[in-house]
Amino acid sequence: MRSFTYERAKTPQQAAAAVAGTPGGKFIAGGTNLLDLMKLEIETPVHLVDVQDVGLDRIEPTEAGGLRIGALVSNTALSADARVMRDYAVLTRAIQAGASGQLRNKATTGGNLLQRTRCPYFYDTNMPCNKRDPGAGCAAKDGYSRQLGVIGISESCIATYPGDMAVALRVLDAVVETIDADGETRSIPIADFHSLWGDTPHIENVLADGEMITAVTLPRPLGGKHIYHKVRDRRSYAFALVSVAAVIQPDGTGRVAFGGMAPKPWRVAAAEAALPQGAAAVAARAFADAQPTDHNRYKISLAERTLAGVLAEARS
Amino acid sequence: MAGPISLKVTRRGILAGGAMSAAVSQVALAKGQVETPSAPPPAHQKVRLTVNGRDRELDVDTRVTLLDALREHMKLTGTKKGCDHGQCGACTVMVNGERINSCLSLAVMHDGDEVTTIEGLGTPENLHPMQDAFIEYDGYQCGYCTPGQICSAVAVLEEIKQGVPSHVTQDLSSKMQPTNLEMRERMSGNICRCGAYSNIAEAMAKLAVES
Repeated sequence: MRSFTYERAKTPQQAAAAVAGTPGGKFIAGGTNLLDLMKLEIETPVHLVDVQDVGLDRIEPTEAGGLRIGALVSNTALSADARVMRDYAVLTRAIQAGASGQLRNKATTGGNLLQRTRCPYFYDTNMPCNKRDPGAGCAAKDGYSRQLGVIGISESCIATYPGDMAVALRVLDAVVETIDADGETRSIPIADFHSLWGDTPHIENVLADGEMITAVTLPRPLGGKHIYHKVRDRRSYAFALVSVAAVIQPDGTGRVAFGGMAPKPWRVAAAEAALPQGAAAVAARAFADAQPTDHNRYKISLAERTLAGVLAEARS
Repeated sequence: MAGPISLKVTRRGILAGGAMSAAVSQVALAKGQVETPSAPPPAHQKVRLTVNGRDRELDVDTRVTLLDALREHMKLTGTKKGCDHGQCGACTVMVNGERINSCLSLAVMHDGDEVTTIEGLGTPENLHPMQDAFIEYDGYQCGYCTPGQICSAVAVLEEIKQGVPSHVTQDLSSKMQPTNLEMRERMSGNICRCGAYSNIAEAMAKLAVES
């Protein structure tokens, strides 16, 4: 690990100012992804601003009838909140499908959104990777790509966004709230938060340098059945090959987003509109523009079958 | 399947690679990427924390993990280092009552915290009930993962009591149950290469029923 200096901020704005004012500065919250990458020297911050003392650790009702989740609420606390389990169960299910108990205790709502890809070529510093070293090339395209992305990817990068929580937040139409060094705030719909790789795969979201996530808000509850199915190489504690987050209403309409397929949770309006016609109709529309490799072509039919399982559960 | 990428290393290759990566980083900078400043000299910081009920004050390099602070600075070697990347759970300790991977946390982030390690749960003369149960049910073979397993297991029973759901919890609206399946799912962050899993789950279930 490279050396770095460390400070604890007292307020969100102070934290944002400390990161914005220090080239090579970074926020640290739970640290479970960042420290892993720092040990491999994939992340090399020169200054860490610890945000654990800035507050933002509560879940509160909003005037609109939804919930405002502080950025530092842990994954465990969020998934176990009685209001979330009752009204936004797809979020509880998605969080509990990811990582381990130890990691969920440290992982935060804000940090989880920023977790970096698990592409093996991003992690292996002997391999060229445009995300780690812009312009270096991509070893994954002609490499072992069965875990990697099939849609929304580019010539530069075929990595996926790895998380589960954000897939549920996508079907819930969550909004990410931020603050910058000047105290300016903005609200970013989750649909716009993560970036497609294009030719700049090292840029993974729309946050500006030093802009800090303060909260994630959920609109009022949707009702319906909340389901999250995740398919992986072992039954627990593994990243998704394919996951499906869905909220299905009694009339068969609803919302659906896919994880493990793309650089961001994959939700397509035209595909979702086909939910009453069944999984095949949805998958055909959601993945019409897919560009799979020979290794990960299976993900498209797996996504369809996983969704079929979700719809069967919704009907039961 | 495509063949593996050749990794033959030659001096010439390294020199050429160095020149190429310098050129590449110029290209990247031209696109507006910020160059990472070079690392500052090693920084030290004071940390005060309570470990197993005893107040401790350390002066550590900011890079020292909580795991290394426990093992190398406080000589509490009960907590083990397995993968050092949060994948195996051998380093599990409790901080302010919650189990975490001590390898994925910096010591400086724990100023003011209360840490409990395996040494703080029980002693050879006065075992923690979970330690007792592991012995009774043969919940280990080589023992390397055991301190992490036991810290994790104690925390799991507490999480179930507090109503934290898991991936295998069927009904989110009723009381969480300490079933064998729940134990297996909730303990998936603790790897045991001897394969003592079934006995660990039984030890935990026995204790859950008793308490």
